[in-house]
Amino acid sequence: MAQYQDELDPITGRKELVEGDHVTFHDVTEAVARPIEVPSSRWWIAFIPSVMLLGVYLISIAYLLYMGTGIWGLNNPVAWGWAIVNFVFWVGIGHAGTLISAILFLFRQKWRTSINRAAEAMTIFAVICALQFPTFHTGRPWFIYWPLPLPNQMEMWPNFRSPLLWDVFAVSTYFTVSLLFWYVGLIPDLATMRDRAKTPIRRFAYGLFALGWRGSTRHWLNYEKAYMILAGLSTPLVLSVHTIVSFDFAVSQLPGWHTTIFPPYFVAGAIFSGFAMVLTLLLPLRAWFKLEHLITIKHLENMAKIILLTGTMVGYAYAMEFFIAWYSGNPYESFAFQNRLFGDYWWAYWIMVSCNVISPQFFWIKRIRRSVVWLFILSIFVNIGMWFERFVITVTSLHHDFLPSSWDYYSPTVWDVSTLVGSFGLFFTLFCLFVRYLPTVAIGEVKSVMSIANPHYHGDASHGEHH
Amino acid sequence: MSKPLLKKKTYGLLAEYDSARAIYHACEQVRDAGYKVWDSHTPFAVHNLDKAMGLAPSVLPWIVFAMGMTGASLAMLLQWWTSTIDYPIVIAGKPYFSWQAFVPVTFELGVLFSAFGAVFGMLGLNRLPMWYHSLFNSERFLRHTDDKFFIAIEARDPKYDPQKTRELLERTGALHIEEVED
Repeated sequence: MAQYQDELDPITGRKELVEGDHVTFHDVTEAVARPIEVPSSRWWIAFIPSVMLLGVYLISIAYLLYMGTGIWGLNNPVAWGWAIVNFVFWVGIGHAGTLISAILFLFRQKWRTSINRAAEAMTIFAVICALQFPTFHTGRPWFIYWPLPLPNQMEMWPNFRSPLLWDVFAVSTYFTVSLLFWYVGLIPDLATMRDRAKTPIRRFAYGLFALGWRGSTRHWLNYEKAYMILAGLSTPLVLSVHTIVSFDFAVSQLPGWHTTIFPPYFVAGAIFSGFAMVLTLLLPLRAWFKLEHLITIKHLENMAKIILLTGTMVGYAYAMEFFIAWYSGNPYESFAFQNRLFGDYWWAYWIMVSCNVISPQFFWIKRIRRSVVWLFILSIFVNIGMWFERFVITVTSLHHDFLPSSWDYYSPTVWDVSTLVGSFGLFFTLFCLFVRYLPTVAIGEVKSVMSIANPHYHGDASHGEHH
Repeated sequence: MSKPLLKKKTYGLLAEYDSARAIYHACEQVRDAGYKVWDSHTPFAVHNLDKAMGLAPSVLPWIVFAMGMTGASLAMLLQWWTSTIDYPIVIAGKPYFSWQAFVPVTFELGVLFSAFGAVFGMLGLNRLPMWYHSLFNSERFLRHTDDKFFIAIEARDPKYDPQKTRELLERTGALHIEEVED
């Protein structure tokens, strides 16, 4: 395919990760730091609507606290409604950030370096959004500390056999470790911002959080070890988090939930949806901040390939669920799946299948993988599809349970909708603040994967030596 | 202290380079010259520069291992003690000590403690945070987080000699050499 000829690294022969002729280290620093130091007025175009949506969220929560969870559409068989759907949706979004920062690091995928910072930020903000829903679903969020094993006057301890409690530990550990990992990665870049700062406030603020970093090789030695260990810890952690989230369903006895395929299926779906959200965020970011030579079309293409892979895995899981429902010979299980396809929620099921199974298949075509317009459109479809997946799993199994007399139809209220839409406001507001004040690309890491960073680089491809 | 106030102490010599290749070979020469109290400062982790400097491997993995084992053990102990000794209650007909159900929390707390060990262990080994450092007195050193590479040989080094050390650094191809105040 001659029309997609990418630049190659003179020493390794692999594709160049930073595009352009004779890009220096200083150019990379400038490209990332300038948009923070001299902000564009376009930032407000993203920030103001985000804050308005955040306002919708705050109003929804205020009214919820005033009235109680009765304002949501929950009914008797469907006691888990949009709150759990949104929780699983947001936690899943976060997983792509950890996949990029940890799993791709362990696999030595150097292209991760220009997208990991923004993806990790996305993880943290997505987990913040996720944590809103179980917190407010408790009805009395001021008692949210009750799942923690704290000695109390009731002399009671939490039930460690409950998947809901495992979730508390899994998600809070995930949030803490993601935050630490992100911050460790930020330290050298905060030092860059500190050393470039022109105003005392900036120098103080970046300097405070840069902890006095001075790029010492003795420090890099421990730092790189810490980074690798954190990647090694985050990898099983991220797999465990969505596994445990799926246990919330799989450990119960409900047809459609009680299946062993749930943990891998949830993890694949989480990575699938997370990569879609990374694309949704990075496509405007790289254009507005003029980072196309750092977050190149090859990076986007690689992400599209991961979406294709995980989307196909999700499609396989859907098919396998049906196979097992038939093969098990269990009439309840078979009914649950017939009900998914052709029952009251047939429309949600087919939205899910079209978005999650069909839309990623377009990524077999290289032209589509390399088109920012197509990538953006398909990423939105995947986001929608993965929200519907959680809706289908939660609601179709609940609304027709074992006792036909208690069957009911669940529909959300305006407050369910406003809380979900508002949570996007929370997410985008946090992301806008991140791109305004922090380096959106890991400056130091990108420099380290440029061919001029290789100690064996001669500046000329013809006599690249091999030690 | 009764030290004369006017005489400023010297931290050491700071040599500047402009490529990863230059600092790599310069570090090899300083290492081979037998210096011990010195360091190099780079905008990113230059591959294998620690070996060019002759540094010993990091001890951080041992700290993380100890922390991880502590976290996992504490988690299992907590779950065992609360569900068998302090608050025994039959749930779903399972034994009091149904350890299989305690694996997720044990794993999560093991990871959490390990991560604390990795981050705070790294900061401790690096003596960070340290907001003041003599090298920040150098104006040129500001570019160590941008595109310049530095070697700093401290005056505390037994082999340090203002003249000979400067000559060594000149031989390594330094673009600029300056004396930094403590």
